[in-house]
Amino acid sequence: MMTIERKDELQNLCLRFRNDLIDLLHSIQTGHPGGSLSCTEIVTTLFFEKMNIDPQNPSKEGRDRFIMSKGHACPMLYLNMAEKGYFPKEDLKSLRQIDSHLQGHPCAHKTIGVELSTGPLGMGLGAGLGMALGEKLKNSEASIYVLLGDGEIQEGGIWEAAMAASKYKANNLVAILDNNGVQLDGTLEEIMPMGSIGDKFAAFGWNVIRCDGHDVESFSNAVDEAKKSDDKPSIIIAKTIKGKGVSFMEGKNTWHGKPIDNNEYKQAKAELGGLV
Amino acid sequence: MGKEIAIRDAYGDALLNLGKKNDKVVVLESDVGSSSKSIVFGKEFPERYFNVGISEFNMVSMSTGFASEGFIPFVNTFAVFMTTRGADPIQSIIAYDSLNVKIAGTYAGLSDSYDGASHQSITDISFVRSIPNMTVISVSDAVETAKAVEAIADYNGPVYLRLSRAPAPTIFDDNYDFRIGKGVELKNGKDVAIIATGTILHNALKAAELLNEEGIEATVINIHTIKPIDEELIINAAKRTGAVVTVEEHSIYGGLGSAVAEVLSKKCPTPMEFVGATNFAESGDYNQLLEKYGYSPRSIAEKAKMVINKK
Ligand SMILES: Cc1ncc(C[n+]2csc(CCOP(=O)(O)OP(=O)(O)O)c2C)c(N)n1
Ligand SMILES: [Mg+2]
Repeated sequence: MMTIERKDELQNLCLRFRNDLIDLLHSIQTGHPGGSLSCTEIVTTLFFEKMNIDPQNPSKEGRDRFIMSKGHACPMLYLNMAEKGYFPKEDLKSLRQIDSHLQGHPCAHKTIGVELSTGPLGMGLGAGLGMALGEKLKNSEASIYVLLGDGEIQEGGIWEAAMAASKYKANNLVAILDNNGVQLDGTLEEIMPMGSIGDKFAAFGWNVIRCDGHDVESFSNAVDEAKKSDDKPSIIIAKTIKGKGVSFMEGKNTWHGKPIDNNEYKQAKAELGGLV
Repeated sequence: MGKEIAIRDAYGDALLNLGKKNDKVVVLESDVGSSSKSIVFGKEFPERYFNVGISEFNMVSMSTGFASEGFIPFVNTFAVFMTTRGADPIQSIIAYDSLNVKIAGTYAGLSDSYDGASHQSITDISFVRSIPNMTVISVSDAVETAKAVEAIADYNGPVYLRLSRAPAPTIFDDNYDFRIGKGVELKNGKDVAIIATGTILHNALKAAELLNEEGIEATVINIHTIKPIDEELIINAAKRTGAVVTVEEHSIYGGLGSAVAEVLSKKCPTPMEFVGATNFAESGDYNQLLEKYGYSPRSIAEKAKMVINKK
């Protein structure tokens, strides 16, 4: 159970991150707003409530791992990492600019604390499984969290990893599905309907948990439940809205990776209650 | 040079025109249709447009089935995903059986600049070029893009078509006689030959102007067909100038530079320099990346002077 005070705190943090995200992507005129806004509560709750990590000692043995397999949402990852203290907040404005350590997609050899380079979709689950099994060999208690897009799971490699995770009883592997129903060219329904994703993972031998991906408490409880799994990998199917928090972006594939113009910026900030 | 047109827009229009003329053309896409511009075809011909979601391996595999059914499939995604995820069916079915599939890899080179190295493509040419039966084409402007799309549809066999995200000034006009396998000499000079492919050809032309200011006369050649390569044109230029620089937004290992070196080392050994990638690049403004990674007209001109000194 999360106290009301703590829930408030996390929600306020999420609101601030949404504001900062819009500021940042407006200022650099590039980057992916839709999928960053949909995973705000997920990433923030992991970084500020759930994960055993230490920015002062980013490669500490036995730490929990976060893999942003849907790498294009990395602005939300970077906002969390800067707030946590992995790097100075001033660095954020260099996102996607030449000579920056903050690449357009997560880069493990440039940004200290990023656990895996991602961007090409569909590889994070397999990598996460390798980490999960490696931690087990080291008798570690760490959990490996892998954030997947719901379009991303159309990649065959995801299902290869799903089979293997089940075979190896990787109960320390927690996949999180940002289930916003939208991919790049349209909705999942239009482009590639996924049917019941929960049934599919269950058929692959996974522990399937559902939650409201914009409710920090609901998501936090889902993580607790996943950690109780004794012999199955878990997937948290987090119901989300692409572009959440900015009305004209919500549910729109066109806001997958579009620059924010000045008028849109003002409206977005007004809706988020932030200062322009 | 004419006005700037993005290669991907020219490609989308070319696909649409082709679709109108030839009902055997089908288009496959893997959720980047609004980027590759295959969507332009999809809007007009929804029944011949197959967006299979984020599943490149399946998309390329499916294209082989359409080809066996007598259709002319154009498959679309970013060059880097095409030649990594799609690599297996490209090599083991399309090329092996010489199927009539047109493989369009977009956002090639550094043109997807802000997305960073994971989305840029500097190894696609070397992969497709090394596969038997493949024809490899890389275009430099909107006119060439339109002509290439028509030409590869008329040609029966597997083709890799390399496309860019970048806007490029128009060099060619509608009278341009594009022929697969035939390079184009754009400037004839006696001191050095600059051989380029893709939109970076523009910087090669600018480099020639810089060299000209210093009294150096450069030949500039556009090699749009990297395989089969125009050996005769390359050998003649090497003989005339005695110094060759290749320019490509691609690794210098296995791309255009290697192809030219293979021809010259066998038939007309000539000093060479290579403009291209030796490392992964990064996120950033496209022109800043071109500057930093050695593709500016000035860098190309420097390489030209280096190779002249080796004569
Ligand atoms: C292998 C691969 N194919 C295509 C892309 C291009 N791409 C980037 S994001 C995206 C859509 C992702 O949709 P989804 O997974 O649902 O992410 P979200 O909605 O959370 O942004 C696509 C097709 C890619 N990055 N990698
Ligand atoms: Mg989605």
